[in-house]
Amino acid sequence: MTEATLSPTQSLPDAGAAVASTGLTKVFGSQTVVDDIDLRVPVGAVYGFLGPNGSGKTTTIRMLLGLVRPTSGGIGLLGAAMPANSDSVLPRVGSLVEGPAFHPYLPGRANLARLDAADRFADPRTAGRRIDAALDRVGLLAAAGKKYRAYSLGMRQRLAIAAALLAPRDLLILDEPTNGLDPQGTREVRSLVASLVHDGTTVLVSSHLLSEVEQMCSHVGVMRQGQLVAQGTVAEVRAGSGPVAEVLTTDPPRAADVLRALGLGSVTLTDGGVRAAPQGVEPERIVEALVQAGVGVREFTVASPSLEDLFVALTGEGFDVSG
Amino acid sequence: MSAAEASAGQPSAGAPGRSAAPATPRPGDARTSRSTLSASGRLLRSELRLILGRRRNKAGVLVLAAVPVLLAVALRMSDPDSGDGPDLISAATSNGIFVALTALTVEMALFLPLAVAVLCGDSIAGEANLGTLRYLLTVPVGRARLLWVKYASLVIGALIGVVVVGGTGLLVGGALLGLGPTTLLSGNQVSLAEGLARLGMAVLYLTAGLAGLAAIGLFISTLTEQPIAAMVTVTIISSAMWIMDGIPQLDWLAPWLLIHRWPAFVDLFRDPVFWDVMRTGLLVDLGYIVVFLALAWARFANKDVTS
Repeated sequence: MTEATLSPTQSLPDAGAAVASTGLTKVFGSQTVVDDIDLRVPVGAVYGFLGPNGSGKTTTIRMLLGLVRPTSGGIGLLGAAMPANSDSVLPRVGSLVEGPAFHPYLPGRANLARLDAADRFADPRTAGRRIDAALDRVGLLAAAGKKYRAYSLGMRQRLAIAAALLAPRDLLILDEPTNGLDPQGTREVRSLVASLVHDGTTVLVSSHLLSEVEQMCSHVGVMRQGQLVAQGTVAEVRAGSGPVAEVLTTDPPRAADVLRALGLGSVTLTDGGVRAAPQGVEPERIVEALVQAGVGVREFTVASPSLEDLFVALTGEGFDVSG
Repeated sequence: MSAAEASAGQPSAGAPGRSAAPATPRPGDARTSRSTLSASGRLLRSELRLILGRRRNKAGVLVLAAVPVLLAVALRMSDPDSGDGPDLISAATSNGIFVALTALTVEMALFLPLAVAVLCGDSIAGEANLGTLRYLLTVPVGRARLLWVKYASLVIGALIGVVVVGGTGLLVGGALLGLGPTTLLSGNQVSLAEGLARLGMAVLYLTAGLAGLAAIGLFISTLTEQPIAAMVTVTIISSAMWIMDGIPQLDWLAPWLLIHRWPAFVDLFRDPVFWDVMRTGLLVDLGYIVVFLALAWARFANKDVTS
């Protein structure tokens, strides 16, 4: 228990970060759901918190927000230790945790009014205006009077985002914000996040679908089985993995032999071709060697892996780039 | 100065305001902490709107009100001169106030505890089940404040239930049987105003008893994410206490049962009022309230909210 919370007098993991954790761990029964992670979200960043379903993202987010007590480790949110400072920190944090949840028999507007009533810092005189502004921002104003149970999944998701925007926030923690949204809605969420970042809000957005957040993130952290396997700016994380050479050919096994002989690493056969890590060998030499060996080259590319490929590599979903 | 040093200088206990946050507030952000009392008042009003607005609860109020109506109609149709019934039943025939008392006596065994149990199920377990609990806590509502507001709303809900039963009995009984000087159990009469005052006290006494049950229910509600399970458990506990209270072999236990002295509210209708049992009854109510609110807090303060 003493380990679980940092007292305000203890030094924080990283005072300059909007979110910082040290050795954050959660054990449920015998299962370590979050294993010793050091999260760091710089102020002003859009941090993509990635990982397959069940990798510990949501439990981490619940710990950040004080819903779940860490088994060990410390958390700093906006420069203050959590959960000791929940009362002063959380009003500045808007959150969406594991999907929307509202009272089904209340209309959207009444649901937001209820959350606003729970906020000690909210001024009841401006409640109506702020609620309508939040509803308007997510395009839900027209359906504000409809009961929540009549909302589609996308509308529910929008209402949850509106709830996170009821007050000015310094930090937004959005767990799977585009879940259930159509492509149009996904685009809207992206531009909404962009406009919030422009206003100076730090955003942590989790997803199991990288493509959804790829376009808006400045930083990423990748979770795998409770561990943070990569973290940094998008460029830094990309740099952690080298380029990939891919040959499309009529004779993949022979091409693979040639590439191995050249000293390329991680040579793997793919459908109609070979993939490998060049490891410093120039593309010209590779093509030359293939042609000299009599391998018919249909197509040859050397490219940095997309973030999607990296994500797959790091989380071990599908094929593994590093072989 | 690092943020850690800044936060070290801030009060960490009590209710720190927004200005107590170590980081610089956003410019142009005028949100300040409101007094705990007025903010809790707003949350309590929101809670009561939620409870009273729910159709299921409105139907429950109608059921509670149906009993005194039924009683008044039955008494009106029966022969008013036959004085062979039990004390209250026969006295009721002469006055609307006694319809109210009879209805309270009939409903305190099951209907009123059931109504409280339903509200208890919704209070924490219901919010956990819907998932709204996590959003309330991240607002942040503060776990202590949420628990207090939830408990206050349960007690107000219980009061409303008792008032509905007593009030309906009084109004319908008054309309069908008349209102006037009240005949007490000890035979003498008091004025209508005096009778109404005593009825009011009976309502408050029963509400205190139900507040004890609500404390048990709030604790149970923190144990589960299933509102129905909490509701059933609270109903079973209250019914089991009535059953145990009626078993002679368990006489030693009876004085400790929450419900044991609930029927003593009729002592208000003696002359002079017999306070002894009710006084002890209120102490027992208070004991249950203190113990079970402490248990509820112990459970809820550090509970991992994973719903």
